[in-house]
This record gives sequence, C-alpha cells and structure tokens, in this order.
Amino acid sequence: MLNLSATEKFLLNEIADINDVPAGAFNIRSNSQSVLRQSSKNVEIVSKEGVSGMDIFIKPGTKGEQVHIPVVISESGIKEKVYNDFFIGDNADILIVAGCGIDNCGAHDSQHDGIHRFYVGKNAKVKYVEKHYGSGKGAGKRILNPVTEVYMEENSAVEMEMVQIKGVDDTKRSTIADLKAGAKLVVRERLMTHEEQQAYSVYTVNLNGKDSSADVVSRGVARDNSYQKLDLKIVGNAPCKGHTECDSIIMDSGRILAVPALEANDVDCSLVHEAAIGKIAGEQITKLMTLGLTEAEAEEQIINGFLR
Amino acid sequence: MLEIKNLSFAVDADGKDKEIIKNISLEIPDGKLYVITGPNGGGKSTLAKLIAGIEQPSEGTINFCGEDVTFLSVTERAKRGIAFAFQQPVRFKGIRVLDLIRLASGKNLTPAQACSYLSQVGLCAREYIDREVNASLSGGELKRIEIATVLARNALLTVFDEPEAGIDLWSFHNLIDVFKKQRDEIKNRSILIISHQERILSIADEIIVLRDGELIRQGEREEVLPDLIGTSSAVKECRGVTQGVDQC
Ligand SMILES: Nc1ncnc2c1ncn2[C@@H]1O[C@H](COP(=O)(O)OP(=O)(O)OP(=O)(O)O)[C@@H](O)[C@H]1O
Ligand SMILES: [Mg+2]
Repeated sequence: MLNLSATEKFLLNEIADINDVPAGAFNIRSNSQSVLRQSSKNVEIVSKEGVSGMDIFIKPGTKGEQVHIPVVISESGIKEKVYNDFFIGDNADILIVAGCGIDNCGAHDSQHDGIHRFYVGKNAKVKYVEKHYGSGKGAGKRILNPVTEVYMEENSAVEMEMVQIKGVDDTKRSTIADLKAGAKLVVRERLMTHEEQQAYSVYTVNLNGKDSSADVVSRGVARDNSYQKLDLKIVGNAPCKGHTECDSIIMDSGRILAVPALEANDVDCSLVHEAAIGKIAGEQITKLMTLGLTEAEAEEQIINGFLR
Repeated sequence: MLEIKNLSFAVDADGKDKEIIKNISLEIPDGKLYVITGPNGGGKSTLAKLIAGIEQPSEGTINFCGEDVTFLSVTERAKRGIAFAFQQPVRFKGIRVLDLIRLASGKNLTPAQACSYLSQVGLCAREYIDREVNASLSGGELKRIEIATVLARNALLTVFDEPEAGIDLWSFHNLIDVFKKQRDEIKNRSILIISHQERILSIADEIIVLRDGELIRQGEREEVLPDLIGTSSAVKECRGVTQGVDQC
C-alpha cells in the first residue's frame, strides 16, 4: 500500500488513476522526493547525477509494458525543475504515463517544470499520456511548465495525449519533435482554463525524413477571464504529411489566440492547418434543452464531450 | 393533450414584421397520431419549434395537459413531456450516441438498453453506440440517431419533423412500424409528425395542411388524404388542394 497523505493520494488518482502501487516500472515523486520506485526486467529507472530527474531505459523489443512516473506536490512554495530522459529501444512498444498534480493551499507559488526528452528507437511504438491538475484554495499559484522533446528514429510511432483540465494557474507548454523517415507522430492536446488562468502552448514539429507524418490536434476551452495562446507549427523538410488543428471554445470573457504555422521546404510536402474559435453553438444547447437539460447543464455536457 | 389558440409568430425581415405563423388554432387529443403536411416554407418547422419552446410566439397561447406553457422554457416543456426530433439534427464533438441516449432517457441506461432504441430505427446498434455524434456520421445515420434519441424520452407528446428525410427505404419501412407501434401500444400518448410522405400520411388519425403560415385544412385521414394523393407526390397535390381551398 502507498504510504502517502490523503491529498497526495487524491492527486495521484486524478492524474494517473493510481490507487495503489502500479504494476510494472514506476517512480512516484512527491514534494520533490522519489518516494517509491521500481524497475522491471525491461525497464530500468536510474536517478540523474547533478540535476533532479531520471534516465529511463526501455530495452529493445520490450512489448506491452507500462511505465508510470507521476509527480505530486502538496506543500506550498515548492519550485522544482526535473529532467527525465526516456531511451526507448528499437522495436519496443510501451505505454508511458506521466502527469503532475499540485495542491496548493498556501500563500506561496508551487511550480513544477518537467523537461521530458524521448529518444525513440527504430520501429518503436510509444503511447505517452500526461495529465496536469491543480487544486487547493491558497493564494499561491499552481504553475506547470512542461517541456517535451521527441526525437524519432526511422518508422517509429509516437502518440501523445496531453490534458490539462483543471486548476493550473499558469502554464507554458513547449513541445518539439524531430521525425526521421517513416516516423509518425500523433498529438491530442486538451486545455481548459478558468478564472484568471493563462496557458501558452507551443509546438514545433520538424518532418525531416521521407514519408514522415504528424497530426497535431489541440482542443481548448477558455472560460471566465482566462487566456490561451496556441502556437502550432509544422515544418516539412522532406516528402511528408502534416496536419494541425486548433479547435477552441470561448465562454464568458475568455480569450484565445491561435497561431497555426506551416513551413514547406520540399515540393512534396503536404501540410494542412485548421483553426476555429467560437462560442458553443446555440443549436447544440437548444438540442440538449429539448432533452430536459437546463442551459447550464447543456453547456457542461458539451464542454465535457469536447474535451474528452 | 395539446391545445394551440390563435398562435402567431413574426420575424423581423428588413425592418418589417414578417408573419410566418398566422393565427393558428388546433388541438391534439390524447392517444392520437396527427400529421402536418404542406408546401415547403409553409411554417411547419416553425410551428414545431413554437410547441417545443425554441421560438416564442408573438401572439396566442399553447396549453399542454391543461397547463399554459406559452412562457415556459424549452427545458421546462421537455420536463413536462414534450419531445422534439429536429428536421436537421445537431452534431456534437465528443458526445457519443450512448451519452445522448442516456441524457434523453434521463437514466443511466446500459449499452444494451440504449441499443434497443437504435435497433428500432434500423441501426445495427453495436456499431453505433460508441460513435461520436459528430461530422463523421452520414446524414441518414444522424437522422436515425436523432429519432432513436427522441424515442428514448418516452414523452407524452413527440413531435417528429420530417423523420423520413434522408432515410433509406428499408429503414423507412421500420420507421412506419415504430410510429404505428407508438400509437397502438402506448396509451394516451400523442404523436405529431411533420411529413411529405404518403406512407406516413396514411397512418395518421388526422391530417393538418399548412400553407403560407395558415392552417388551410384539417380533418380525418379518410377525408383529407384522398384529396392529397392520386398524383405523383403529396406536396404537388397539397398545392392542388390549396388552390381548391382558395376557390371556395
Ligand atoms: N428566423 C427566420 N427569419 C426569417 N425567415 C424565417 C425564419 N424562420 C423561418 N423563416 C421563413 O419562414 C418560412 C417557414 O419556414 P419553415 O421552416 O417553418 O417551413 P417548413 O414548412 O418547415 O418548410 P419545409 O417543408 O421546407 O421544411 C420560410 O419561408 C422560412 O424561410
Ligand atoms: Mg421544415
């Protein structure tokens, strides 16, 4: 059983659906300390020297394994920068579940900057799930600044699901990916901001190899007085296929700036971007009201679906 | 069940009032299936929206089960037992067919229970239950999901706006059976269908004809239908009937 406080357990459950010691390899970090760690036969987790963070080695050919590396912060005033590097061997197939939950009831800001680098071997397949969550009523902010770098070898495939639904005051998200021939990247980002929250999300995807492809979809909802800036860029340096989509709902006095960018440096690039910002369609609310929902209930259902 | 009195509805068109529904009065008794037909643009969908509370009348009253619901919201009317299947169903990103049917029924139905509504409209339920009600559905699929959702409401009065539109022949056949069954098996419930289809007209207890926002004809099926059919399409014949009325 996990020896953690109720708040820590609650956060773990929110970000990683973890109620107990997870199966396979894992590292649970709480208030800047690794509180529980386990390597497996194919997945080795080693602490870094000199800086905080870990090197995570996934053996070539590993199949059907999972790595969980959740982070929780429940003390007010913690500021940390953590470097985690993933070395994913050729032909491996792995699920990596990260995520950070901050509960800040105090007056000081709590901040976690996670720098994740993925070195993805030939033909390897990675699914990466990252959930960010904030709670607590303190005046101190909950700040998360994730940096994600993905280096993909030939014919590798990476699918990333990045979700920030609640309670994070400030976030600057930066994601960079370099793809070699035949590599395939799929990103699904979901952002919801409330009150005075601000979220910046910047993607740069470089399609460097022949027949590489990327599909980056970001969905956001900005409520109250919150602000989001979404900056999605795909650069095609070889015959490749790229698609970005930025789909946003604004409510109340929310504001969103979408800056999709495409750069084609090869005549055989096929790059597409779509961007749409608008309030919830009136007919959607009306339809749900004819099913007996109030206007507020209808909005909630529409947003929950949209951010699913 | 439903009593509409002197109902009018006007919109602002280039600064002038344009009357779309003109002083309509009608009554739908308990346990009956009524069909409204008439030429395109005649005001049928607008009347349905007024009944559901999506539009507010400029004059007149709507009574439902003895209560004046004229000023009640869409939600409150739905809660009292009015259901409405849209002519053009709405799409939602991320909301699954199962979610929508659950919302409609107001219960946490199991997938199997929700599937039974889809089967009624001829959809192979398992294939659809987890799909999102989004742009990936074809027009006919979406239309059938809309009807299934409304069936799940089990409402006292259900208004279907052109349920046949975009639906293939086989599913259409099913649909007629569904309407018949609703009328024959469920006591005291009423159905109002807006339709141009002879097959639907031919199961009506009464037929109402709307043209240019006016109710120009209402009567029992045996009485109205022979005047409407006999040529290639019901709509065409509708126009014939309306000319006849004009001459009276
Ligand atoms: N908000 C509006 N503003 C202006 N005109 C409107 C508005 N709503 C409806 N109308 C007009 O009112 C008339 C009736 O429309 P309605 O949709 O009720 O017709 P309908 O009988 O359902 O036609 P159809 O058989 O084509 O479905 C049409 O001429 C339509 O263009
Ligand atoms: Mg219509």
